[in-house]
Amino acid sequence: MGTATPRLAVKVAGLRKSFGDKVVLDGIDLEVVEGTTFSLLGPNGAGKTTTVQILSTLLRTDGGEAFVNGCDVTRQPDLVRAAIGVTGQFSAVDSLLSGEENLMLMADLNHLDGREGHRRTDELLERFDLMGARKQPAMTYSGGMRRRLDLAMTLVGAPRIIFLDEPTTGLDPRSRRTMWQIIRELVAGGVTIFLTTQNLEEADELADRVAVLDHGRIVAEGTPDELKRRMPGGHARLYFRDLSGLEKAASVLAEASRDDEALVLQVPNDGTPQSLMPLLTRLDQLGVGVDRVIVDAPDLDDVFFALTGNAA
Amino acid sequence: MSTYALALRDSTTMLRRSVRRSLRYPMILASAVLVPVFFLLLFVGVLGNTLRAGLGAATPGGGAYVDYLTPAIILMTAAGSAEATAVSVCSDMTEGIISRFRTMAISRMSVLTGQLLGSVLQAFVSVVVVVGVAVALGFRPTASPIEWLAAIGLFFMLAAALTWLGVALGLFAKTPASANSMSLILLVLPFVSSAFVPTATMPVGVRWFAENQPFTHVVNTFRGLLTGTPIGNSGVLAVAWCLLIAAGSYAWARSLYNRNRIR
Repeated sequence: MGTATPRLAVKVAGLRKSFGDKVVLDGIDLEVVEGTTFSLLGPNGAGKTTTVQILSTLLRTDGGEAFVNGCDVTRQPDLVRAAIGVTGQFSAVDSLLSGEENLMLMADLNHLDGREGHRRTDELLERFDLMGARKQPAMTYSGGMRRRLDLAMTLVGAPRIIFLDEPTTGLDPRSRRTMWQIIRELVAGGVTIFLTTQNLEEADELADRVAVLDHGRIVAEGTPDELKRRMPGGHARLYFRDLSGLEKAASVLAEASRDDEALVLQVPNDGTPQSLMPLLTRLDQLGVGVDRVIVDAPDLDDVFFALTGNAA
Repeated sequence: MSTYALALRDSTTMLRRSVRRSLRYPMILASAVLVPVFFLLLFVGVLGNTLRAGLGAATPGGGAYVDYLTPAIILMTAAGSAEATAVSVCSDMTEGIISRFRTMAISRMSVLTGQLLGSVLQAFVSVVVVVGVAVALGFRPTASPIEWLAAIGLFFMLAAALTWLGVALGLFAKTPASANSMSLILLVLPFVSSAFVPTATMPVGVRWFAENQPFTHVVNTFRGLLTGTPIGNSGVLAVAWCLLIAAGSYAWARSLYNRNRIR
């Protein structure tokens, strides 16, 4: 890589947006390095979709700067549009047209010539497993098929930067896995992905960097591992054989919350061997018998509770 | 590619989309034909004899009421098409694909232009069928080839003007249902004009309005071109009204389409 500054696919500084009295984005800063996957993680209403709409030239900003592919989204919207593809959480396919016609429509709007348009269409139908349904109107497609067609339409123009606004919301687990696989292949091809999600697992699976958005502010940013380490949300549940064991353990574990009836102590723990070992060794040295240990990884609820004081 | 060529290419693409959609959903085309045909049958078959009796000297040469009526139905066909456009634009705008178009490097207005061209084409197909039915019912136009061409030209101008208004109403309305009721005005206004009965029989206030409203000039011009009644200054006024409505509606549609958006 050398020491050259990496090119930024997205650069946002002090971005603000309000709808009437409601402040949706309250001065956010973001940087996405070209060729990486960036995930904007947040609950409903955090401002994720608004951010995508501004970056994809659908909405004006009220303040701040936003550059996509080096171009100002307000002043050079057409240059931005030429570089991006957008797949939103609401299906952007023409339900009355067939899958093939939808893709050919995109080919025409990307000003590909007829032969190239057909070639791209066939290639994408094949790749997204839509060959069999190519002649059927999109209104007859399942949720997963629609989403695949939607993304295929975004790819017709071979965009350098792709915005995926909650691409797997509402999909069944299998379709979700398929979508993840497709996204990984895109990144392998050198595309920059800007992904919004409310699903921590999804961000963890796909993203190089994650920013957590809440009430229009970025409340945390880093690699998924960094974030998870910073999240105090993970915990270990220690099950005891008797109350005396539980009391003994509780006396030395200050942060524990206890449930006397279930004979369970819950202590903050990220579940790594490095943090579990000392905990168990310590209890062992006290002579307390622990029946079993269940580790809960931090989930989205923990993340938002920890970062914002609000449950997701 | 120049901006102009780009606009033309994208509008053609959008026109293809619009035609494909209406072929896939033939109910819209069917109603664009059936509603005017229904009016034709209603006015000729049910109301025609009574109206003819009341028309008196208004139909030169004692022509049949269908001769007086057909230009009105031609007008109604264009108005009906504009109404359908308003509904279709309004429901189209709620679909995600419009947002997709907005994020693409395509000619901004091509979405609307394509819809407009599709609707005008559809209106023309409808009017050909409607005039065919009128002829079957006894309509005997006396127009020369030049007059036919002029009538066709005027129809395209009228359809384009009303359809731009339909596009604007479709963008303005919050729901397809309200787009429908707002554009009903286009189907009601012809009744307060010389379309179905001569304005001479109307009370003073209504008459003043009827004689000066655009539909009267348009229908007088159609009637003159097709059946040889005097046109007077209606021809010029009809063209002027069409241009005015088209330009105003285009500007309105454009600003509605771009509101709170980056151009």
